[in-house]
Amino acid sequence: MAERRSPAAAYAGRFEAASRGGALRLAELPFLTQIDVRVDPSSPAAGDIGDALGVPLPVEPGTAVRAGSGADEVTVAWLGPDEWLVVAPEGHRVELLRKGLGDRHGSIVDVSAQRTALLVTGPRARDLLAHGCALDLHPAVFGPGACAQTTLARAQVVLIPREDGFLLLVRSSFAAYLAEWLLDAAAEYVA
Amino acid sequence: MLLIPCPWCGPREEAEFHYGGQAHVAYPEDPAALSDEEWARYLFFRDNPKGVFAERWSHSAGCRRWFNALRDTATNQIHGVYRVGEPRPVAS
Ligand SMILES: [Zn+2]
Repeated sequence: MAERRSPAAAYAGRFEAASRGGALRLAELPFLTQIDVRVDPSSPAAGDIGDALGVPLPVEPGTAVRAGSGADEVTVAWLGPDEWLVVAPEGHRVELLRKGLGDRHGSIVDVSAQRTALLVTGPRARDLLAHGCALDLHPAVFGPGACAQTTLARAQVVLIPREDGFLLLVRSSFAAYLAEWLLDAAAEYVA
Repeated sequence: MLLIPCPWCGPREEAEFHYGGQAHVAYPEDPAALSDEEWARYLFFRDNPKGVFAERWSHSAGCRRWFNALRDTATNQIHGVYRVGEPRPVAS
């Protein structure tokens, strides 16, 4: 098997060093399965895809749902009125979703290589992202259950808040730029 | 910087959007039947009001949907936004 290299692999050491102080934790979650789902939310196919996922596709703009645990854990993020992003551990079976859609109108596309995932957690995670993001990231308005496509330091990202911080999905070709920006912005929070 | 309320995502900064020009310019029913002048009018001629203007915007760095907005070209105030297919609201 050919050697795989994740887009931010070169930053693992510097992420770890920046995480030592305890105020922040930066890490790449490489090789997650990401599936772009497009289907009419009011169609029976949308319901069947939800059944295959174990959770209905969220129809409220800017929301995300999590279901399952361990190898079966999925996060389904609203990207548009007929578009969702499924994020799951590596090896998640995209065929199950394809089966859910069948030959009806819609699409299920494996986009795992399009973006990599950066995990930004810790007590100063929100302060760090606020340096380059215009959204209000306070948990009262942007806590678990929300999601947003926006820009962070001018790079397009999908932001998914978690209990302890944020999952940040960034295009592979922007990963190095964003990693450099995060490390630079983190300097004041790193002991 | 404008704060533009995407009808799907809510208020976002202008840098997330692309401008799409005048809204409600219908594609001609039978383009081949048009004279050169009529075709040129469809392609190139747009209103240029000082005041409320219905125009298209795309939330390109967000939900990637096109929508319409009523913007006052003199004050930049956005009087309303509406989704594709929805009727143009009355400007307040
Ligand atoms: Zn939007």
